[in-house]
Amino acid sequence: MGTEQYHEPPEELSHDARTFARLCTSLIEEAEAIGWYAQRLALERDGQAAAIMRDAQNEEFKHFSMDLEYLLRRTPRWRTVAQRILFQPGDILEHGEEGEEAVDAAGEGGEPPPPPAIALAPEPESLGIGSLKGSAG
Amino acid sequence: MNHLLRSLAPVTDRGWELLEEEARRQLTAALAGRKLVDFSGPHGWGHSATNLGRTDHVGRLVDGVVARRRRVLALVEPRADFSLSREDLAAADRGAEDPDLEPLARAARQIALSENIAVLHGREDLGMPGITAASPHRPILLSDDMQACPRHVAEAVELLLRGGVGGPYGLALGPDAYTQVIQTTEHGGYPLFQHLRHIVGGPLVWAPGVDGAVVLSLRGGDFLFDCGQDVAIGYDRHDPDAVHLYLVESFSFRVATPEAAVALPPAASHAG
Repeated sequence: MGTEQYHEPPEELSHDARTFARLCTSLIEEAEAIGWYAQRLALERDGQAAAIMRDAQNEEFKHFSMDLEYLLRRTPRWRTVAQRILFQPGDILEHGEEGEEAVDAAGEGGEPPPPPAIALAPEPESLGIGSLKGSAG
Repeated sequence: MNHLLRSLAPVTDRGWELLEEEARRQLTAALAGRKLVDFSGPHGWGHSATNLGRTDHVGRLVDGVVARRRRVLALVEPRADFSLSREDLAAADRGAEDPDLEPLARAARQIALSENIAVLHGREDLGMPGITAASPHRPILLSDDMQACPRHVAEAVELLLRGGVGGPYGLALGPDAYTQVIQTTEHGGYPLFQHLRHIVGGPLVWAPGVDGAVVLSLRGGDFLFDCGQDVAIGYDRHDPDAVHLYLVESFSFRVATPEAAVALPPAASHAG
């Protein structure tokens, strides 16, 4: 059970590689839990039960975010991409392209463009509707 | 805090979830234009205009210097105010199943209606001509006899094909036309809805605000919706009895290929 998180023989992996794999597995588990709570909350009609689940889901948000930050600190290429995507207002796909270009530039020995500043004013809480193309029957 | 000022509202986290869920439910059903056109953004509240890539000649500034001025399409900010009973929201926090959210639902439907009209028919005063107003094709009148509907829609598709506009195509149907379509079966009992889907090769969309129907290409690059602020709930003020909120968004819409759509207005509205 304990070794299922490894894709390669664990005895051949370094201590750092095993820690990295453990945190990746933890990140996956936290994301799964966030999704499970979202489904439960969508169906739960008991207000108190829903409040407990929201509290539990908040914990999972925290765990996921800490795992992610640890992994980003350990992985400069991942961090370079993430800095162009996370907490930036605007089109996520465009930021993804920028992130890919930045990490490619760094890989080719070039200087990646400086990451944009984290937006001081976060994107307002929209309903997140976006494009509905492809959603109609 | 951002421009929506939500943290000043006497609404709990549970309350906001409830309001957002209801607004989302109404809007995803009624926002027809977004089901048919290309969507860019959201680019945020600070996004004020869409780049058109065009310029106007301004003239000489000083000796040896001439200037051009960029042409842009300003975003429009539709806003629909609504008020909710604080007693009802408090009841919802206690687990009441039936808070009266109709004012929010109505505001959401009105926001969707205004967006659909701007996209599909246009608003000249906003500098957004819309899909049917921009179309150079002669409108094909949609008769009351729904048995003739497949012929009209096929005619529109053929018109697009002849102009080199590829599919798949979508069919936006105003509420009256949509009701008639889903109620009709053709000779032999085949549902008209399914027949029309085969003809256009894409979705049939319930489109409040559309007069008759519109056939348009879904291949992409023809109809461009530029979103600044995606639809959000903001706070205006509150008093002891009610909290006054609003739905707001900002967007521009432009037609890159006017010939990629055909209008099918109801024959009745063109009579006489």
